[in-house]
Amino acid sequence: MFSRDDKVSAIRLTAVQYFILVIFMILAYGLWRLQVMQSDFYAQMAEKNRIRNVPILAPRGKILDRNGTVIVENYPSFSALLLRDSTRDLNADSDAIAQGLHLDPKEMRERIHKFISMPQYQPIFLKDDITQDELAFIESHRNELPELDTIMAHRRLYPRNGFMAHLIGYVGEVTEDMLNQPQFELYNPGDVVGVSGVEKQYNQILMGKNGSRRALVNSRGREVGRLDETAAVPGKQLRLTVDVDLQIAAEQALGDRNGAVVAMDPRNGEILAMVSRPTFNPNDFSVRISRNEWSRLVNDDDHPLLNKAIQAQLAPGSTFKIIEAVAGLQEGIAQDMKVNCSGGASFYGRYFKCWVVAEHRVHGSVDISKAIYQSCDVFFYTLGERLGIGRLAKYATAFGLGQKTGIDLPQEVSGVMPSEEWKIRNFKQKWFAGETISVSIGQGAVAVTPIQLARAIGAIASGGLAVRPHVANPTDLPPNVVPASDVPDKTNIPIDAKNWEIVTDAMAGVVNPGGTAPSAHLQGIDFAGKTGSAQTISNALKAKLGAAGKNFKDNGWFVGVEPRRNPEIVVCALLEEGEHGYLAARTVAQVIKAYVEKQNRQPTKIAKGSGQADIGAVWNMSDPDGRDDLKSGHFTLPISSNKVPLATAAPGLE
Amino acid sequence: MSRYVSYRDFDWLLLMFVLIICGLGVMEIHSATMHTKFAGAHIRQLYWIGGGIVGMFLVSLLNYQALLDKIHWIYIAAVASLMAVLIFGTKYLGARRWIKIGGNHFQPSEWVKLILILGVAKYFADSRHRELTPSDFVKAGALVGIPMLMVLAQPDLGTALTYVPIAVMGIFLGGLQWRQGLAVVLLVVLGIGVVFFTPHVHILKSYQKQRLTSFIEPEADKQGSGYQVIQSLIAVGSGGLWGGTGTQTHLSYLPVPQTDFIFAAFAEEHGFVGALGVLLLYFIVLMRLTQNAQTAPDRAGTFLVMGVVAVLSFHVLVNVGMVVGFMPVTGIPLPLMSYGGSSVLFMFLALGMVMNVRMRRFVN
Repeated sequence: MFSRDDKVSAIRLTAVQYFILVIFMILAYGLWRLQVMQSDFYAQMAEKNRIRNVPILAPRGKILDRNGTVIVENYPSFSALLLRDSTRDLNADSDAIAQGLHLDPKEMRERIHKFISMPQYQPIFLKDDITQDELAFIESHRNELPELDTIMAHRRLYPRNGFMAHLIGYVGEVTEDMLNQPQFELYNPGDVVGVSGVEKQYNQILMGKNGSRRALVNSRGREVGRLDETAAVPGKQLRLTVDVDLQIAAEQALGDRNGAVVAMDPRNGEILAMVSRPTFNPNDFSVRISRNEWSRLVNDDDHPLLNKAIQAQLAPGSTFKIIEAVAGLQEGIAQDMKVNCSGGASFYGRYFKCWVVAEHRVHGSVDISKAIYQSCDVFFYTLGERLGIGRLAKYATAFGLGQKTGIDLPQEVSGVMPSEEWKIRNFKQKWFAGETISVSIGQGAVAVTPIQLARAIGAIASGGLAVRPHVANPTDLPPNVVPASDVPDKTNIPIDAKNWEIVTDAMAGVVNPGGTAPSAHLQGIDFAGKTGSAQTISNALKAKLGAAGKNFKDNGWFVGVEPRRNPEIVVCALLEEGEHGYLAARTVAQVIKAYVEKQNRQPTKIAKGSGQADIGAVWNMSDPDGRDDLKSGHFTLPISSNKVPLATAAPGLE
Repeated sequence: MSRYVSYRDFDWLLLMFVLIICGLGVMEIHSATMHTKFAGAHIRQLYWIGGGIVGMFLVSLLNYQALLDKIHWIYIAAVASLMAVLIFGTKYLGARRWIKIGGNHFQPSEWVKLILILGVAKYFADSRHRELTPSDFVKAGALVGIPMLMVLAQPDLGTALTYVPIAVMGIFLGGLQWRQGLAVVLLVVLGIGVVFFTPHVHILKSYQKQRLTSFIEPEADKQGSGYQVIQSLIAVGSGGLWGGTGTQTHLSYLPVPQTDFIFAAFAEEHGFVGALGVLLLYFIVLMRLTQNAQTAPDRAGTFLVMGVVAVLSFHVLVNVGMVVGFMPVTGIPLPLMSYGGSSVLFMFLALGMVMNVRMRRFVN
């Protein structure tokens, strides 16, 4: 009988002993594996735990204008941090902190509460871009409020009031989408990169290379020691072709009206000024932009974030007639053409009006010159019909319509130049001859950007030399920068000399009495150009909409050059809903005037003209008796284009 | 029964080894908490050890057989106390484990363990069969299972699991047969399947499930459940053969180094040699305990001592296993080394019971 005194099976007890032995051997093996076999790996991991790479932020390069005036630079910006791994009672201190940092205490407490589930070694950003006195508050309360700390970053300082905002662009933190693209593979999350404009286009140059500092940290993320350091490479500065004085003039000329102004040197393509309205404040993006503000900007119907100089493609209206005129002259049709403008004409069964009817008069007999300076629609309808869309498209495309200009700014649009192939490719329909009529006065499917128009008209005025517009000179850039586009720097479009004269003289007539913009006349300046007034919707549609149709006002255009042939500057102005070309003309005239006045002030202008110069001089000379004698003389010297030292010895002097 | 009990039969050798382990523990606690807010914990641990030693001597004076006779009442009291925790217990960190009595916190689940050891010992001691019958199985299972489920409901998975080895040891020594053993294994596998793989069954909360499985692939959740495992591996591994500078412990990378991960802290500072040494010490203690079981005067004594062996080995297996990445993180402390009053007290009381048995081995 099995009684309480019978022993437990000895075998089983021994079995348990062996079982325990096996367990311990497994554990010993586990230790062996970690501490002997893989000890190097774990030693390394231990290092990684305790050594942290802290980036030393590189300051971004400044942006200057062509004369070296600083437009964009950096300023040191401090953010206030709340460290949460200290033993302080944060609730007790929160009122003091809120007061010192000028924060709403309730909001601040809510913010702290939001982060309560995050690991304690992560600090919270209480306030960005703190002021000097807030910084002083933190520094002076290091003992009483040790949980406060600051961190410094360089922030971009852009001109106020959205000056040059679209051209310069703004910076932001690199997004996840961007990091996935191949050209961004060397960037890290948290890097600040250019997001639009010059900041984006030349980000490679402007952005420096962050250095790093290796620091010893504990698990709270607190630095407890320092190891070594690699210095940061600051970004290089970028010199633009823009002239700040001209930019100011252009911004003032456009004022608050929606639209764009762009000024370019047609000899080399340098952009001298670029304005777009409405504008925005890029400084808002420097410090984190609020979601509401961003939504507001993006959803605004006037598109403040759009650089209208290169991204607005609209019907050019009568400015197109210049290109058509060149086409007509080169094809030999327009020279001897005479048309009678009685206020309109019929083509293909439809009656097309001339704008002059609104002023209750007619143009009468019109030749090519009058047609330009009086902007007669009937003449150009006729010319357009005779040329046909094929030839119109050929010349327009040669002057760059329907293609990007190759300007070194991101997201330029190409505009539209319709043609038979274009219509078949995009709409699978044949071109109707009646559509040529609309195109011939710059309406219909034609769409241009202000920069395109400036380049085209500048090319015509220069006798057919079209340039590639740019905001930064290739010579100012380091050699390894990839060129922005493969549009050639200079393109030659042949224009006969006689035709060139006819067109440019007629353009000069536009801003003189008898032209369409006499109020833009500039005294003593050889100013020429062309007005344009482009409808945004068709007349038929306008009639249908009735009263609401009145809201669709025409856009006003003007492209001007100075001087009329081989100009030094071409300016294009677009006034959205400006209605009248002559208003745009006045805007351009203001810019041209500012340009000319600045040129006149330049001390470096070398006198051209006759090859002689009159020089008068007074000098001291001892006569044979040893007395000082004052002599004077008047000389005429030939001037050569070589540099001549002005201090030439007067005759008789060594 | 002749009361021929003398302190010469006290297992001084065992006590010596136990105290060596405790001493190493105190040393490590001191080193790990030196610069943290827990500094001074090693002093408190010394107080616990002191108290434990006193308790041990007191318990060894009792006659364990008399205790076993009363075990039914004590068991009921134990279950009642667990019930009281579930009903009246104070919630702390999301679990109800303590009862507040007059300003002190008591954690019943710890000394219920002791009672269970006694209860299982009594049950099998009184058993009339050499082999385990199904009814034995069920009854022993219920004996342990009911308190276990109550602890699980607190919820305290870790402590609940420590009741299992008591039952397993009892069943094994009580005459488990091969066939029955296979059946048990099958049941366990089924249980794991139900708990982890059935979509809508929620016996374990999802965070508990995650804790149990994250040790397999700790990198999957580096900052969350995998963090402790990874840090432990790093600490241990970087200790190398002879020990390192203890950076992981001292820079606070190793979590709770004075309690659950004390072995990792020790391994980091003393390397493979030191860690293996500690394992050896535990092994010696367990073997010595088993020897005491073999020389026990009756079945009950054997079961009692082996119950203590079961609990101790389970703790060491799970804790050290967790530290080296073989086991999930369960919050089970390393007995005698981890800082913590209840664990230290339990061990010394259990040792007292063992001394109790050993000292009476020549009786009858």
